[in-house]
Amino acid sequence: MLEIKGLHAKVEGNEILKGLDLTINPGEVHAIMGPNGAGKSTLSAVLAGRDGYEVTAGEILFEGDNLLEMEVEDRARAGLMLAFQYPVEIPGVKNVYLLKAALNAQRAARGEAEIEAPAFMKLVREKLAQMKMDKSFLHRAVNEGFSGGEKKRNEILQMLVLEPKLAILDEIDSGLDIDALRVVADGVNSLRSEQRGVLMITHYQRLLDYIVPDVIHVLADGRIVKTGDKSLALELEARGYDWLLEADAS
Amino acid sequence: MNAWADLFQQVNDEATPGWLKSRRIAAFARFEHLGIPTPRDEDWKYTDLKRLNKRQFSMAQTEATVSHTDQAELLDLNAWRIVLVNGVFSPDLSDLSDLPNQVTIEPLSQAITHDQELAGGLVGRLAAIDTDSLTALSHAMAQEGALIRVGSGVVLPRPIQLVYLSTEHESALASWPRIAVVAGPNSQMTIVEQLVGQHASGHYTQRVAELFLEGNAQLTHYLLQTPAEKDLWVGRVHVEQKRDSRYQAFHLNLGGALVRDDFVCELNARGATASLNGLLFGQGRQHLDMHSKVNHNAPNTYSDENYKGILNDRARGVFNGKVIVKRDSQQIEAHQNNANLLLSDQAEMDTKPELEIYADDVKCSHGTTTGQLDENAVFALRARGVDESVARGLLTLAFANQVLDQVTLDAVHDTVEARIAGALPERFNLKGLVLEDQEAQ
Ligand SMILES: Nc1ncnc2c1ncn2[C@@H]1O[C@H](COP(=O)(O)OP(=O)(O)OP(=O)(O)O)[C@@H](O)[C@H]1O
Ligand SMILES: [Mg+2]
Repeated sequence: MLEIKGLHAKVEGNEILKGLDLTINPGEVHAIMGPNGAGKSTLSAVLAGRDGYEVTAGEILFEGDNLLEMEVEDRARAGLMLAFQYPVEIPGVKNVYLLKAALNAQRAARGEAEIEAPAFMKLVREKLAQMKMDKSFLHRAVNEGFSGGEKKRNEILQMLVLEPKLAILDEIDSGLDIDALRVVADGVNSLRSEQRGVLMITHYQRLLDYIVPDVIHVLADGRIVKTGDKSLALELEARGYDWLLEADAS
Repeated sequence: MNAWADLFQQVNDEATPGWLKSRRIAAFARFEHLGIPTPRDEDWKYTDLKRLNKRQFSMAQTEATVSHTDQAELLDLNAWRIVLVNGVFSPDLSDLSDLPNQVTIEPLSQAITHDQELAGGLVGRLAAIDTDSLTALSHAMAQEGALIRVGSGVVLPRPIQLVYLSTEHESALASWPRIAVVAGPNSQMTIVEQLVGQHASGHYTQRVAELFLEGNAQLTHYLLQTPAEKDLWVGRVHVEQKRDSRYQAFHLNLGGALVRDDFVCELNARGATASLNGLLFGQGRQHLDMHSKVNHNAPNTYSDENYKGILNDRARGVFNGKVIVKRDSQQIEAHQNNANLLLSDQAEMDTKPELEIYADDVKCSHGTTTGQLDENAVFALRARGVDESVARGLLTLAFANQVLDQVTLDAVHDTVEARIAGALPERFNLKGLVLEDQEAQ
């Protein structure tokens, strides 16, 4: 469903992604690990379509369409959605507004009618319960005053309501306590299906115990330098990244 | 100036004798001497009233017929209501039935026929002929308005609604309503003023309100302005506050060709508190101007002012907030904040806080910010599939909600919220989204 070929991207004139290849098929869960500053969040930003990232070479196909030609909102509606490493606070916009506006935008793109208020509230309450979030969160401004862990739960809540085909999770585990990690992981696992893909960026093996990936990649210096199965995470935990960087340089 | 003189001649010939008449002549002489203010006057630096001299105004003498669509614009507040149609009292649209004891709500023209001394003593006590040239003009031209008295300890169960409704007319009409309110000791009331119209006749409404708050009185004052595109408004509110009285204003200025307001609060005794909250929302080439002056005339008096400006297109806004703390007014608190959101490169906001503090033991603060929408927030919304235009609309509404959230009168709140969401350009239209959520709750 996602095919990235030879992707080069610049930020503020600096080349960050330097020939990145990655393919995700429906039903697969991929994890990307790698040192700080390697370009992991840059990749997620390029996928989501954030301003300020200049793609200088390569292509990205999402379900066969040229992703780089799509507007930010069209990517989301087509089913590619990013859970942010640093979720943005949006003072004054209630969570419930965001969820509803987003869901209706997606439905409109599919030619469906707007969801009826009772059906919407039922759906949202169900997902809130799943994320073990109080319903007061619905009427709070998006992420405003949320703790770090609450912000991450809120990102996954959005994923559960919007059900993207490809969910990209940038360090969804950072700042979570043990219980919250389990809730978040259960949430992500509930999204897994034959049709959907997940791309999760993480630094920690622990997340991968809860959300077991099919494939693990190591992103270093703007490229995928190693791809393996879940045992790769254990090896990285034991040996760090240096051995890979050296092997890659030679 | 001749046009004004002709208009005055008409008013004066038809005026009933008595205090209004004798004062009119002096007032008009004063106005003729000063003329319409120009940008050379410090108070009118950013707002040019030359349109007032250019436009030929007449005054409505009889009540116009009011269409159903005009009537539908009146807020449904279950209120006691005085409606002035182009400045003329409308008995049909007004509702002054079942007033409690110790409560007077009357059109001014009626009040002066039987209570001349009282009405005459109140009108002009705070906003007098020598206040400024336009107030002098108001004294010369005023024909109608409202006199409100709420006796000691009375807590009004319903709001009082004062409507200035402009209807379609072949030429521009002008009116000068005067409002006088006496809030007795320990009384509580809510007044909702509504300026409304939807026809491009270019009417001018100049309203002067004088509010007297006795000890521990509480007055919540809404001013909701949704005038027609070409209409002009100049408003002056003058408040006199005694011990522990509390005045709270919600000034919701949603546009008009030129809409200027002055709020002046005299905090004359310990515990007097004034809170001014407002929203200026301008589009097209609208010009919105808010001036306030809070006089801390006594120790232990408190004021806070919180204004938000939202300007799109080539709209222009002015916020000038003045706080004056007298020499012996120790232990006062005065806070002021003006935050503005510019939705277009060509919109412009002039904001100027002015603090004159002659006491030393005071807590004062002021802050102003002018910015654009947070692009990170726009992106975060778009990244969930929300249209860029809807995202911007939601964030604009969010900015307005920082003031609107304090508006406890639902009809006012909902009208403003829907108006801001729906009155924005097509690409901002959120009306459906907003109203639906209100129903869902
Ligand atoms: N807006 C920007 N301006 C300048 N440099 C940037 C910008 N965004 C990213 N970079 C740089 O690009 C490089 C890659 O950053 P990125 O955030 O993609 O790393 P990462 O792999 O996600 O790291 P981490 O594990 O710490 O989250 C870093 O050196 C960073 O400083
Ligand atoms: Mg990162």
